[in-house]
Amino acid sequence: MTNCPATVARCRILFRSFLLFSALIYHTAIAHAQQNNSKEELLILPGEVGRFGGRLVVSLRGEPKTLNPLIAADARSREVIGVMQADLVHINRATQLTEPALAKSWKVSPDGLTYTLVLRKGLKFSDGQLMDADDVLFSFHVYLDENTHAPQRDLLIVGGKPITVRKIDAQTIVFQMVKPYGAGERLFDGLAILPRHLLEKPFQEGKLGQIGSLSAAANQWAGLGPFRLKEYVAGQRLVLERNPYYWKSDGKGNRLPYLDELVFLFVPNADAQVLKFQSGETDMISQLGAENFSVLSRQQNGFTVTDAGPGLEYNFLFFNLNDLGEKASPELQHKQKWFREVKFRQAVSEAADREAIVRLVYQGRGAAIWGLVTPGNKRWGDANLVHPPRSLDRARALLKEAGFSWTTGPNGESTLQDSDGKPVEFSILTSSTNADRAKMAALLQDDVKQLGMRVQVVPLEFRSLLDRVTQTKEYDVCIMGIASYDADPNSDINVWLSSGGTHLWNPSQPHPATPWEAELDRLIGDQMSARTFDERKKLYDRAQGILAEYQPMIFLASPDILAGAKNSVGNFHPAVLEPYVLWNVEQLYLKSGRENATR
Amino acid sequence: MIHQRRVAIWLLVLGALHGIVICAGFFAPYNPVEQDRKNPYLPPMRPHIVDTSGHLHLRPFVYPFHLRPGSFDQYMEDTSQPRPLKFLVAGGRYRLLGFLTARLHLFGAGNQRIYLLGTDAFGRDQLSRILFGGQVSLLAGLLGAGFTLLIGWCIGAAAGYYGGWRDDLLMRLAELFLALPWLYLLFAIRAFLPLTVNPLQAFFLIVAVIAAVGWARPARLVRGIVLSAKERDFVRAARGFGATDFYLLRHHILPETSSVLLTQAAILIPQYVLAEMTLSFLGLGVPEPVPSWGNLLSNLQQYSVLVSYWWMYLPALIMVPFFLGYLGLASALQERAETYKIERSLGSLA
Repeated sequence: MTNCPATVARCRILFRSFLLFSALIYHTAIAHAQQNNSKEELLILPGEVGRFGGRLVVSLRGEPKTLNPLIAADARSREVIGVMQADLVHINRATQLTEPALAKSWKVSPDGLTYTLVLRKGLKFSDGQLMDADDVLFSFHVYLDENTHAPQRDLLIVGGKPITVRKIDAQTIVFQMVKPYGAGERLFDGLAILPRHLLEKPFQEGKLGQIGSLSAAANQWAGLGPFRLKEYVAGQRLVLERNPYYWKSDGKGNRLPYLDELVFLFVPNADAQVLKFQSGETDMISQLGAENFSVLSRQQNGFTVTDAGPGLEYNFLFFNLNDLGEKASPELQHKQKWFREVKFRQAVSEAADREAIVRLVYQGRGAAIWGLVTPGNKRWGDANLVHPPRSLDRARALLKEAGFSWTTGPNGESTLQDSDGKPVEFSILTSSTNADRAKMAALLQDDVKQLGMRVQVVPLEFRSLLDRVTQTKEYDVCIMGIASYDADPNSDINVWLSSGGTHLWNPSQPHPATPWEAELDRLIGDQMSARTFDERKKLYDRAQGILAEYQPMIFLASPDILAGAKNSVGNFHPAVLEPYVLWNVEQLYLKSGRENATR
Repeated sequence: MIHQRRVAIWLLVLGALHGIVICAGFFAPYNPVEQDRKNPYLPPMRPHIVDTSGHLHLRPFVYPFHLRPGSFDQYMEDTSQPRPLKFLVAGGRYRLLGFLTARLHLFGAGNQRIYLLGTDAFGRDQLSRILFGGQVSLLAGLLGAGFTLLIGWCIGAAAGYYGGWRDDLLMRLAELFLALPWLYLLFAIRAFLPLTVNPLQAFFLIVAVIAAVGWARPARLVRGIVLSAKERDFVRAARGFGATDFYLLRHHILPETSSVLLTQAAILIPQYVLAEMTLSFLGLGVPEPVPSWGNLLSNLQQYSVLVSYWWMYLPALIMVPFFLGYLGLASALQERAETYKIERSLGSLA
């Protein structure tokens, strides 16, 4: 569904930027000229020039908890914060490459340890206050302060030591690390620069956690993003208005954003969002399920739905490989004996009908996967990774090699049993609120039934599922999905590392439990501090190979990013990275310019 | 007499309906859990006897569906290859009444597939699932109602016959149960149980729970009848002759409750089938892939299914004749009981 010219243009930008990236030399703004204004240096965006005015309504899957990036942990808050805040360097969601943002340029020292960033001139917060290097200094100071408990702190610890930040002058800041950081300036993406003039006092008083509540007056909060707070109606909507001091402009020099207002309606479930979009109450919709997508595409009146291609979400099955010692029930211990057998896991993977998952769960709008790098990730996939088609024969051979055998029951059904004669039975946990994954579980249940395994699917509310997997560890097998927030391997680091919290099959290990997990730790660690993309890619490919060989996670499928918008919305280009449709919110405009009343 | 005949007619209707469900293996063309992954959400194939060129066929046939190119859920009828319906064919193995292994099916299409009521998300035959699902739902209703009446009967009789503090205690208990928000109770019970319950355990859990919460109403009815019956002259006379409590209850008092119990049963069974459906609809019933009417309907919780595939509503339609049958039986029984009472009181006058 992507149109060709756009793809070509994207490839060109990608290629050009790739050269610049690998050279790692002085990095000026990609393809964007700077406006030579002595007072303000606006970032000029390419693309269609739109028209001003109007309000855009989108739905949000529930109320955001806060506008404060220091305490925001839920996806809804982050989505809203994303349009109210800005970062120093930004990852372009379409090209998946870094671009100048608040910093107009940056320089990396030859040893890769020092980053020198130069800020734009004349930057202002949404309340009109000037922004300079002191705000940057303050922001990173707050992020790194242990008492703040900011979720961003972990990202800023490179090589075991926190990054140090120094101010050279009002426009220049230097970041110093003890070890080179593989992902480079991607580090700065998503780290909002906070308003020092509003937060310094609460910070000193230790009250930062109380700032940024939605019900506070609009003038108590400010950001550098395209929109600022206007009105909040509890349980109904959040209205943001245009930030008149925003630092980007279109090709004609008009200051962005185009929209006067951006409204988030709180709509708690996916089906209700579809209904609101269908009835015209909202202007855009994202994170559509395949079935709802096909409902909408059958009756496109006044709106268009778009398949942006495979995203970064990977759905997978994993086994309980935790070392539980005496705590585990004898039954689970027995099951873990099977799960620890590599050939058993490989057999399950061989039996999984990924193609059927793509067809029946995603109605063809997805891709089968054999590793956690999805086809949506343009640079990091391992081209040499094998994609074996489903084969029950190979699966049976593997099981036989591992000492399993079959008995035939009275009804002619065959049952798999292990070397002790115990029938192979286990349960698969799945989130009860996710219809897609419940379907995958039902398909897998049938897939492995053909190997003689008896499986029960247990739908569980997501929180208690997470609790079982990461805390009590009382489960056999689980199906889950993770959506990477960035195309860089960095974003999945906690899945890879044996010490990571989302190393789901055996999370937060003090020491790697198996030699291959130790090898993964080493490869991923080396990859993090490797200097060039090629070096990193080589190490990352090896890690992908190990994961595919040992199958602690059996990767199943990745859904396409499906979105829709009214035909009156201009510059609508859904991306496969979050936020799928709002990533270019400053450039979105309403073609007719009419007042889009919601009520 | 006329009431007797009406009861018989309703019983016959219900017997036929239940017979179909009991012999689901024979009437259903396929195994209800068998997936046909090439044909998800296939629309029902209509049986024809006249083909597109106007020729009449003696043997009914259906036209197969093919996916519209580029689509994954839109089908079009292929009129070039009619699939004849064959009757009494050998097909997949099934077990009749739980022990007779058989392969004979009422109809089929040889080695081709035929879906008279369409398929679900996994390409499972909707007709087979509805028929087999009925086994679970109806059995849950019947067993649940049976247990409820048994409990209610015992408690009601004890309360009515012994009276005094026992009556007070049991009736207050009954009121407590009437006031219980049983759906939430059920959620709570389910949360305490182990994570994996196999379909059989889940089934008996449902039956136990719906039986345990519903006994209060029949218990109160039975108590009322026992209360009035134990003061009748013939009961007093029997007591005067030295009859024991057990003898009195068995021979003189409890027979009075039979018509109430029968009517109650006819009302409770459909209610309990509905209760099972509610629980399964909410995911508390028998787990996938075992079908029950409730979890067949739970597909409709998705908006896309609701607006796209009308044949997913059919499980809701199928319970209408069953419920009609039970309610017809209940009213016939009621009328019979009324006339019986009148006849008897007329007899005692004469």
